[in-house]
Amino acid sequence: MSDMIQAGLQHYLIVSVLLFSLGLFGVLARRNLIVIYMGLELMLNAANLALVAFSHFNANLNGQVMVCFIITVAAAEVAVGLALIVALYRKRSTAHVEDLTSLKY
Amino acid sequence: MPQLTDLLFYGFAALTLLFGFLCVANPLSRNPVTSAMFLVLTIISMAGLFILLHAFFLAAVQVLVYAGAVMVLFLFVIMLLDLKEEERRKLRKFTVGLGAVAVAAIAGILIKATLSAVPLAAGKAVEGNTKPLGVALFTQYLLPFEILSILLLVAMVGVILLSKKELK
Repeated sequence: MSDMIQAGLQHYLIVSVLLFSLGLFGVLARRNLIVIYMGLELMLNAANLALVAFSHFNANLNGQVMVCFIITVAAAEVAVGLALIVALYRKRSTAHVEDLTSLKY
Repeated sequence: MPQLTDLLFYGFAALTLLFGFLCVANPLSRNPVTSAMFLVLTIISMAGLFILLHAFFLAAVQVLVYAGAVMVLFLFVIMLLDLKEEERRKLRKFTVGLGAVAVAAIAGILIKATLSAVPLAAGKAVEGNTKPLGVALFTQYLLPFEILSILLLVAMVGVILLSKKELK
């Protein structure tokens, strides 16, 4: 019973899975580009949590170095993505994915 | 008897998931600024989880880079775009329901896979302090580290180019 209560690797992984699902739900359900981006950030953070948990329970620093890299790449990705959104808004005056269908038709 | 660290884990995990839910699917407000603020809270509670996993440096970086720099960027763009319209739009119930079903299926598969895995015996804890991480970054991971600095430079040039009024 105490094994179930004690926070082990699986507990952290389940939190990570749930957080990832929340991010994915945000990406699928919301229609605002900025909120979709926040969903992406949640998914990246969930992956970070899983990596740090593996790193801790394997007594190995490689996972944490990986998370350092992921945080850097995510920062660069957010900067480029938000610049794209601003450029798009300047051209089309909307940040709503349902108005951006010129590739669809 | 549960240890204090376990109680803290449950507290921070619950806070992370609650704030994450409020970030993507707040029933009271669809304002992007509210979402951004709840994302900040999610990230700060995740830093608490990192501290419980002895990743002290990453917890600090998480707060500084995500809750500081990235979220300021988000808020800046939200203010720049003036997204009042978002609150007036109706969500499509069908899309949301289908999305929820798909996400629940994926979460179910992943949780089943996690639970059926053989649990690791906890090894001796490594301390994710600045020094061991820095040593790892500058010895074993030197090449990826340098490539990342090039990536940041490329991203910076790209952002400047994208934000210019018109390309010549």
